[in-house]
Amino acid sequence: ADSIRFDSSRPPRKMMPGSAPPAAGSGMFVPTQTAGTVLCCICGVSMQPNPANMCARCLRARVDITEGVPRNAAVVYCPDCFSYLQPPRSWLRAGPESPELLQILLRRLKHPLARLKVSLSGAEFVFSEPHSKRLRLKLRLRREVLNGIVLEQTHPVEFVVHDRLCDSCARAQANPDQWVAVVQLRQHVPHRRTFLYLEQLLIKHGQAALAIRVASAPGGLDFFFGSRSHAARLVDFLGTVAPIQTNTAKQLVSHDTKSFIYNYKYTFSVEICPICREDLIALSPKASRDLGGLGPLVLCTKVTNAIALLDPLTLRVHHLEEKKYRVYNFKAALTSKQLVQYMVLDIEPESPEITIDGSRYQLAYAQVARMSDFGKNDTVFTVRTHLGHRLNPGDLALGYDLYGANMNDDDMDKALLRQNLPEVVLVKKSYEKRPRTRRWKLKRLPVEEDLGNKAKGEEERRENEYDMFVRDLESDPELRFGINLYKNEDYRSEMASTIGDDVPTVPIEELIEDLTLGDDEDEEEEEGADAGMVE
Amino acid sequence: WFGVSQFENSCEVGVFARLTNAYCLVPAGGAENFTSVFEAELADTVPVVKASIGGMRILRTLCVGNKKGLLLPHTTNDQELQHLKNSLPDEVVVQRVDERLSALGNCIACNDHVALTKPDLTKETEEIISDVLGVEVFRQTIAGSILVGSSCAFSNKGGLVHPQTSVEDLDELSTLLQVPLVAGTVNRGSDGIAAGMVVNDWAAFCGSDTTATELSVVESVFRLRDARPGALGADVRKSLVESCFL
Repeated sequence: ADSIRFDSSRPPRKMMPGSAPPAAGSGMFVPTQTAGTVLCCICGVSMQPNPANMCARCLRARVDITEGVPRNAAVVYCPDCFSYLQPPRSWLRAGPESPELLQILLRRLKHPLARLKVSLSGAEFVFSEPHSKRLRLKLRLRREVLNGIVLEQTHPVEFVVHDRLCDSCARAQANPDQWVAVVQLRQHVPHRRTFLYLEQLLIKHGQAALAIRVASAPGGLDFFFGSRSHAARLVDFLGTVAPIQTNTAKQLVSHDTKSFIYNYKYTFSVEICPICREDLIALSPKASRDLGGLGPLVLCTKVTNAIALLDPLTLRVHHLEEKKYRVYNFKAALTSKQLVQYMVLDIEPESPEITIDGSRYQLAYAQVARMSDFGKNDTVFTVRTHLGHRLNPGDLALGYDLYGANMNDDDMDKALLRQNLPEVVLVKKSYEKRPRTRRWKLKRLPVEEDLGNKAKGEEERRENEYDMFVRDLESDPELRFGINLYKNEDYRSEMASTIGDDVPTVPIEELIEDLTLGDDEDEEEEEGADAGMVE
Repeated sequence: WFGVSQFENSCEVGVFARLTNAYCLVPAGGAENFTSVFEAELADTVPVVKASIGGMRILRTLCVGNKKGLLLPHTTNDQELQHLKNSLPDEVVVQRVDERLSALGNCIACNDHVALTKPDLTKETEEIISDVLGVEVFRQTIAGSILVGSSCAFSNKGGLVHPQTSVEDLDELSTLLQVPLVAGTVNRGSDGIAAGMVVNDWAAFCGSDTTATELSVVESVFRLRDARPGALGADVRKSLVESCFL
């Protein structure tokens, strides 16, 4: 395993310039040179000349290049998070016998080797029992000795592994629920559609990965973090995807007088604007005037960090920023819970199909009847709708029933008094048959349920909301854009044949292959409420 | 005889002394132990002359000679020249050479019949060498080095050359010099042959680091085992003289 290497970059001693032999291929005749043999100066065995003129065995016997190189060293390991200490303070995760571990161990030896001017030409692990608390390496060291000979020799090193909890594990173990910052996300609406959508966005962008805990609270979610910067990061992300208003507060927990260290608990109160998609809003005359004469009735079509308001009668869309919204602070008159099913009797398109903001609309006159009236009496409404491109006679549609609704909204009352408002505002098309199983599924965040505060029937309501949310995803590709959909292995394709052609389904190209981690994934899917790190 | 010695704690004894069949030059001043070794062995056969060349003690590198003559570089003083002319036997012709290079001992290696010089020596110097020393001059390189005087040491009986000399070169040199040659080392594997030893037909001195293997090689190639200073005698005295100091 040992070998003698000669430094060919150094010319032999006492060579004057101009005395190098002519290069091969330069056109000159170069007679063949066979190297002669000399006797080893120590033992007399015949050998090829080398800069030391000693045979390999004599060199090995006399010169030990590993003299002074440490044979034992120590390394510190955290058994909780499987990481090794790199002094003074960083902990690096490394698996057993992995290249990262090799790097960490070699860095411990770098200084002694450099001091002895020994260089490392190779290193590998030697097997040691996993529970022996010893790591063994075999190094190949290279050093220059005598006059220009480079010797290479193997050298075993044994590392003793000391166990110590790293700082974060120690803190976590001392107080597992210790949080430093909390983001309290709230939206004062009776349904949780926004939260479902936000949850999917958070999973996709991995923003909740740093949260120690996610808990459900009345009216929203609480995210607990170990550091203020992580919480601020989540708040920044939320600011880009939803119209929010943030308030911060901090509370002094402890205070070191000698070194001016103050420990606080930070609270970020984030409130999402209460307007959701498909909400019907009646604008006050002032607001209507400020937004450029947008009709008193507007539908909210899209909520990102600005609210998109569509006037269904004039097909104008206005994007309202959070700050401007706060000036008016209008609430939704009717929300998607109050959608009523209508049967479309006749459609008469009024103007050609136009595209605003990426979505297609077409003004049309529609004759509709409420499903509750259909067949029983002749109550038929003729309304202008923006869904002319979607609806055909005989379709089912969902819309707001202004004729029969009882609303608690000042602006709506004022608008009703002043103008002639339509009796029905159609919002979307609805479908009868739905496939039982879908080809895709969604991941959920592990949210802790607030068991004490649950109202009666809340579970069922949540289920329905989730169902509606999933249906929305199916029908709206734009909504799907920001979300990851995973392939569902349990999907049985025979079902597909029983569904009508016009039922929207998610094309298979949009689905992502799910990671099958075995038990982990199943547990998360089933239980859905898991304390601990969010994966 | 062959002996092992040191000059002022340096094993490179070949740098300081010039040994031929007719005389021996040793550096003047300095430690007496070195010269005493030479005197002890050689006093009854050849004169041991203390000298300096250009004020320097590295005699062998500066001058070159054999039993017929001695060539000195242009840096030699007149006094030193005169001193040498006086001290050396009359048969020895002492001449100063006006060669640009003053380390004649590194450029030229000779015995009583043949001289090897570096390939780019001037014509005049070559003529002087052949006249004064009475030798045939060959231009050669040894083991890729043009300093032939330091890469080899040879006498009329045999020669030791640089360890990295190839077999073809060895044959060629041997044919030129008409003596057996061997590639080897002195002073524990050192490449500087001529710097590590001084040799003439019957005596050799090596640096104190020389190992037994190297000594045996030297002994066998220079035929020192049964060498005598020209006289016939029944007894063969072989002694290993070691002198160490400081």
